[in-house]
Formats: sequence, C-alpha cells, structure tokens
Amino acid sequence: MPDEPLIDGAVRRYLLEPGELTPQTLEQTLSHAWSRACDYADVYLQHSQHESLSIEDGIVKDAAFTLEQGAGVRAALGEKPGFAYSEELGPGQLLAAARAARSIAHGDRQARLPQSSSAPPPAVCAYDNPLQDMDMERKIALLREVDETARGLSDKIKKVTATLASTYEVILVASTEGVYQTDIRPLVRLNVSVIAEQDGRREVGGHGGGGRYNYSRLLDMDAPARFAREAVRVALLNLESQEAPAGAMTVVLGHGWPGVLLHEAIGHGLEGDAIRKGTSAFTHLMGQRVASPEVTVVDNGTLPDRRGSLRMDDEGTPTRSTVLIEDGIIRGFLYDRLNARLCKTESTGNGRRESYAHQPMPRMTNTYMQAGAHSPEEILASVDHGLYAVGFNGGQVDITSGKFVFSASEAYLVKNGKISHPVKGATLVGDGPSVLRRVSMVGDDLELDEGVGTCGKDGQQVPVGVGQPTLRVDELTVGGTRMNDG
Amino acid sequence: MTAESASAQDLRACVQQALDQARQQGATAAAVSLECGEGLTVAVRMGELETVERERDQGLSITAYFGQRCGHASSTDLREDSVARTVEAACQIARSTEEDPCHGLPDEERLAFEYPELDLHHPRDLESEEAVRLALECESAARTDTRIVNSEGAEVRRYDGVRVLGNSLGFMGAYRRSRHDLSCCVVAADGEGALERDYWHSTDCDWRKVQDPETVGRTAAERTIRRLGARPLESCTAPVLFEAPAACSLLGHFVGAARGRALYHEASFLLGRMDEQVWAEDIRLVERPREVGGVASAPFDAEGVGTQERVVVDGGILRGWFLSSYSARRLGLASTGNAGGVRNLSLETGTPTLSWEELLQRLGRGLVVTELMGQGVNPVTGDYSRGAAGFWVEDGAVAYPVHEITIAGSLPDMYRGIAAVGTEQDRRGALQTGALLVDQMQVAGI
Repeated sequence: MPDEPLIDGAVRRYLLEPGELTPQTLEQTLSHAWSRACDYADVYLQHSQHESLSIEDGIVKDAAFTLEQGAGVRAALGEKPGFAYSEELGPGQLLAAARAARSIAHGDRQARLPQSSSAPPPAVCAYDNPLQDMDMERKIALLREVDETARGLSDKIKKVTATLASTYEVILVASTEGVYQTDIRPLVRLNVSVIAEQDGRREVGGHGGGGRYNYSRLLDMDAPARFAREAVRVALLNLESQEAPAGAMTVVLGHGWPGVLLHEAIGHGLEGDAIRKGTSAFTHLMGQRVASPEVTVVDNGTLPDRRGSLRMDDEGTPTRSTVLIEDGIIRGFLYDRLNARLCKTESTGNGRRESYAHQPMPRMTNTYMQAGAHSPEEILASVDHGLYAVGFNGGQVDITSGKFVFSASEAYLVKNGKISHPVKGATLVGDGPSVLRRVSMVGDDLELDEGVGTCGKDGQQVPVGVGQPTLRVDELTVGGTRMNDG
Repeated sequence: MTAESASAQDLRACVQQALDQARQQGATAAAVSLECGEGLTVAVRMGELETVERERDQGLSITAYFGQRCGHASSTDLREDSVARTVEAACQIARSTEEDPCHGLPDEERLAFEYPELDLHHPRDLESEEAVRLALECESAARTDTRIVNSEGAEVRRYDGVRVLGNSLGFMGAYRRSRHDLSCCVVAADGEGALERDYWHSTDCDWRKVQDPETVGRTAAERTIRRLGARPLESCTAPVLFEAPAACSLLGHFVGAARGRALYHEASFLLGRMDEQVWAEDIRLVERPREVGGVASAPFDAEGVGTQERVVVDGGILRGWFLSSYSARRLGLASTGNAGGVRNLSLETGTPTLSWEELLQRLGRGLVVTELMGQGVNPVTGDYSRGAAGFWVEDGAVAYPVHEITIAGSLPDMYRGIAAVGTEQDRRGALQTGALLVDQMQVAGI
C-alpha cells in the first residue's frame, strides 16, 4: 500500500516529532490512564490545518488559516468515561491529561501497543493536502470565476459571495484493546450565495458542495461555474415564488440533499446512545415494520471521496455499510464502542468526535435510501394537489417524541400531476417513527448530496452525507402562510 | 504556555511578542487575541456518574494588515515557534489577498484604553466529587414524579477563562470571566407509552446566582410532564404567545438582520429601515454591555472598542445597528462596539408588563409556543416558518399540549404585532426578554 507510508510520514511529522512523542510515550499515557479500576483507555492525537478564502463584492479579501492540534485521553470505568485533553502534543501534557482523565480511579496498569499495527482499513480517499494543492493566485482565480459567472447570468444578481475552504487532518488512535490506527482526512468545500433583486423584492439563492479530495477536483467537475449557475437559478426562481401552503398534504421530495429527511426523521433516533438510554422513539422498534417494503435505508462510511466518509471512525474501528431499514423493517442501530459494549453488541464504526477536545459518540456518516421502482415523472404525475420540495436548508429532530422538521428552500406547488408555480420556503414537520409508512412511492433516481451537510449533536459538529431517490410522502404538514384552500 | 501556569503578565507578553513579530515581518498594523480557559464538566444519569470531563482550552489568533490588505491566522499551540508560524501565516495571507479600503484597526479614539472592572470572575473551587453530588441532587429532584420514566441526566459545569487583546496602536486589555452551569433533561411517559422530553438550564458568571439543583431539576420535570398528551392542531390563524426562552430567539433574528455584515451584504429585511417603526410602538431595545456581573458583559469588544450602553430601538423605532469597525466603514458609520456579538440586549416596554396568567387572559384563544425547531427563517425577506410545540389555550386557560405543528408569518409583521410583553425576563443569555404575544400567525397542522 503506497498510501500507508504517506500516512506514517504525516503522523511522524505532525503528531509525533514536534513534541518528541514516541510509541513508548503513548504506551505510558495509556498505562497511566488505564488504572486498576478502569477497563478501557484510549488516546487520540489530532493535527488539523484549515484555510478559508472568500470573495465578496468582487474582492478576495477574507482569508484565514487555522492550526488546531491536541490529544484527548479517555479512561472508562464501567460506563463512566473520564475525559481530558491537552492542546500540546508533548509527553508531559499527555501524562497530565491521562492523570486528569482517570481522576475517578487509582493505580496504573501496564498497557501495550500492538507490535505491528493491525491491517489498516481500505482508503476512502487520496491523502493529498488540499491546502498545498493550489497557490493563492489559482484559488483567487477560482473564486473570480464564481463571481463573474453569477453576475454574467442576470443583471438582477446584486450580491455574490463565495467561500472556498479546506481542511487537512492527521489522526492517531491507540487504545488498551490493541487499537493503533492512523488516518489522513482531507476535506474541501465551495459555497456560493447570491442575492437577486427585482421590483424592490430581494431573494437569496445558494449552492455548495465538496468532498474528501483536493481543490483540483472542484475544477475537474466544473464546480465554480456550475455552483454559480445553480445559486442564480434558485435566487431568480425565488423572486417569482408565491406564498407556500399551510396544512397537511402530499409532498414529493426531490432526490439527493432532501435525504436530510432520513437523517432527521430516523437516523438520529437509531443512534446507539439514545437506544442504550431508552430515550429514542425507536428504542423498541428493532425488527418492526416502520415503512413500506420498498424502503431500504443504509448508513455507509466507506463510499469513496464523500464528505461523510471515513476509513475508520475516531475510535479506530473500520467504517462499514450498516443497514438501518431493510424492506421497511428496522434492522440496525449505529454504535460507537462504549454504547455497543453496554448494549452487548459491537461497534458499527460510527464513533465520531468533532476533535480531540470532544468525546466520541454514535454519529451518522453517509445516510441514504436505496432506489425503488418508480420514475420521478411517474411520482409527480400521481399527485393531485401537493408540494414538490427539491431544496432544503437543514433540519432538526426531538429523538424522544420523534417529531422532526426540515426547511425547504426551493419548492413548487403541484396541481393535477404538474408543477404549478414556485412557492416560498417553508418548514415541513412530521413524526419519525410513522413518516416512512407514508412513503408510497420510491423513485429509481438515487442520488447523494453534493457534499454540504454538517450535523450538530450535543454541541459537536461533524461532516455527513445524505441521499435518496425521489419520494412521494402521502401526508406531511407544510408550514406555509397560505391556508390550504385546494 | 498553558492556562494553568500562565500569569496575566505572561499572556500579555505573548500577545506583545506576536505583535512585534508581525511588525518585523512587514505588517503595517496587527491585532492579536489570546484566550485561555480551564473547566470541569460532570454528568450523571439515572442516579449514576456518566462522565467527568476536564477542559483546558487555549488559542491565539492574529489579524495582520499590509496597508489595506488583511490576513487572519489562529493556532491552539502557543509554543514560541508555533506562534511565530501563525504570525507568518497571517502575514503571508495578507500579502497575497486583495485590497479593501475598509480594512484596518479600529479608530484609536474608540479603543478602551481604560475600562471598568465588571465583576465577571467568580471562580469556584469545585472538584468532581462535589459536582457529582450537585448533579445527583438535581436529577433526583427531577425524577420524583412517577411520570418521569427516564432521564438524559443532569450536568454541572464550571469554566474559568481569560481573554487578552492587543493591537499595534498600543491597546492591551484583559479580563477574566467565569461561567457556571447546571442543567437537567428528563423523559416522561403518558398512559399509552408516548414519550416527551424537556430540560432546564441555569447559568451565571457567579455560581452563587445559579439556581439551586432542586429548582433546576423540578423545573425540568414540570416542563416535561406538561407536554404529555400532546396532539397536532388543525391549521388555523391565531395569536401566538412565545414563552420567554422561545421569545429570545425572535430577538436573535432581529440582531441577525441588524448586524453590519447582513446590512453591507444587503441581505437583511431591515435594510433602509433606520429611523422607521419596526417594532410595536411601546417597544424599547437597550444594550447594556457593561452591566456589572451581566451574563454577556464585556468592557471592550473583540477589537478593543469600548462598549457602552445604548438604545437600539426606541418607541418601536429603529435607532441603531450592531457594527464592528469593518462593517461600520462599509456603511459609512461608526463602530457600535459589537465586534464579536451583542452583549445584554434587553427588550423593554413602555406599557405595563403582564404576569403569565395575565398573558394567557390576553391571549384568550390561541397558541402558546414553548419550543421552536428548524432553520426556517429567511433573514433577507423576513419570511418565518418554524416547527413548534406548546399549548392550545381556550378562554385564557391551557386546554391541551400540542406538537407536530408549524407557525409561519413574517418577522416585520411579528415585531410590529407585539401586543403584550411578559414581566419575567429570561436573562440567561445575551438576548433578554419576557414572553412576547404576537397578534396573529399562520398555524399549520393536520
């Protein structure tokens, strides 16, 4: 594997050598954390470089570089992890963190790192550092292309803002259970936002995307011009939008990013911490039917180059594809190591953390519904009166009551099987355990989002992916301003 | 250097050193901020310890100017060579980006070369054993009612931080702030097994002013139990009473639209509305950033500009924006000392405020909103559509809890349509208001 020496080199250069850390230091840290009363300890080293560059009013001027690094140490006593971290990667700091983490227990035990590291999981991306992929002039040129494309499309476009951002992360995880894994995680993103004005009315349109690759890929996929065109299209469309309807109605969800429905409505409720605590509305639904046989939903961290992909999670467990719902029946939950052990099962490779300064918990990777049998045209044609929603801002869920919302940013009223006119953005609200029962048609056009999702849970943000084919949901409440008068 | 070992003098020296290095690298001006903190979080759940977490944060960020060009860089590593590399990164960015005539340090006369002590620092020698005891007491108070069947737990947190800010105009300021939090979240079940959860949270910079564990736990339980039996509503138009914590979010949307960045981007429904009626006639919004012991108080903003009390809305009329030096220059105005945010913005009214019972009476028949969900707020148009939960009220009394509904309208209409303000303010955050009664909104349900 030519990749592994590359990762080893980055680990030495960024994580070990600056603070003169050695495998022995890591063993000592683990031994110190792994006191007699503890049954598990791990150490997580992270180095992260981040840059962002924005164009506003035709000037490229907001640029920032951020360097974050540190080590997190966990010492678990039963289901009680003690946790501490340090921003400095030195032997003294690691031992101090270990001491603080295990303050709930006493006495050292000798930990041993594996002599040879276990077989590394297969790569999900290339390991180039995107920050070094282009010089500043080319990055500025990329942003200029966005700006000029957007302005050139319509003289109604009054403001254009675009941001190019990338991250390069180097990770090392070692645990008292013989885990010693390393990883490099690049991530880039381009976001475009425009404001269109007509007759005193102003509307916004946006588009973005990215993944685990370098900036050149954005150029290969024509992202600057394509994202600009898409943002302009949405803004101009919104200038024509009428009031959204209010009330329960049939909703057709477009493919791709509208899969945020799955993330909110069911994904969070299937995460192992809520299952373990019994606080999820899905706790007792394993093996039960929650959707029509056409519905199969998976969480898959192994897809190449995707924003939500990882070759291993932040506890060193290889990621995998986990079936959450198979033919309408709940088949799987998402686990990190701690919650899996307490639930007497195994980790699904979903233990993720925002950074070394946060504790891992069960999180989604790329969550999507498999394709069904219907063409999107057939699905739209089946609707007498309803909403066709293709763009969304994001969503939120109360996992205990199961109630979720997601907010449309591009939507149309559908009458007699045909798109009638665009309507303003509106929040859609539903009930997680029952919404999939109302999915009556599943499209044959599965698509994943372009790489824009960030999921927040307990204050921790992690990049995720979502996806789905076009779906018909027989009844969902639409939060518009116009009473549903047919 | 670490938060534990460093004295204020060391931190100032570190900031000065970064400023000197920027100058040596050719920067015409620079600003450096350094933050360090140390904290402890203890969580319990179902009567047992869940986790103990020790925080130790540090970070240095530098803005370097080369004439009208600017670059930012930040690092969590404060070792000398890392600081030097961070300064270099900022300078390198500044050299390669483009000129913007609005870039630059604040006007010298606005810098807070002298500033008052605001009594924000009340560290507590709270170790994990005592914190566990407080958290257990809190959760236990929440679980006395048999309808509380499960718990997300209770959490005690203390944090003690210092912020040092310096720039090449000779400004050097520092202040310490502590923060103490106690929260509890529990789950209740009704006869059919339907679950609801809710929580309560108390915070202050002085731990003696944080609500006691018993009160926090009991409040969390009450807020959860009252949701049992919730059902959807039929779609209707109705007056909507936002409970104080939910009403704070309405202030947040206002601040979002009155911020410099939204204005110079022309991405605000408040654009061009200065000196016009934007709230109901008796509404006043006052910012008191130097309130002694205030939860969001600060003697100077993120650029070192001195903060001051000011009236943002008076008699419903918009009188002020929230500006940093940069956004002020973009708009041809002066900084309002709001770089880094808003500090203690309080909604007040010229007419008498009402108790909760009086508010329900005034509402008569309509919706009480206790929780809002989702991102359905458009700051450019003011269009508003969010998921909600709360209560349906008939004849001035709560009839039943509701959920799986949305409320929609437009923020300009909602602000002008404030019909009453509650007496009891939620003062836990930078935005402070009592409950707000909005005369009419669209409610969507079944």
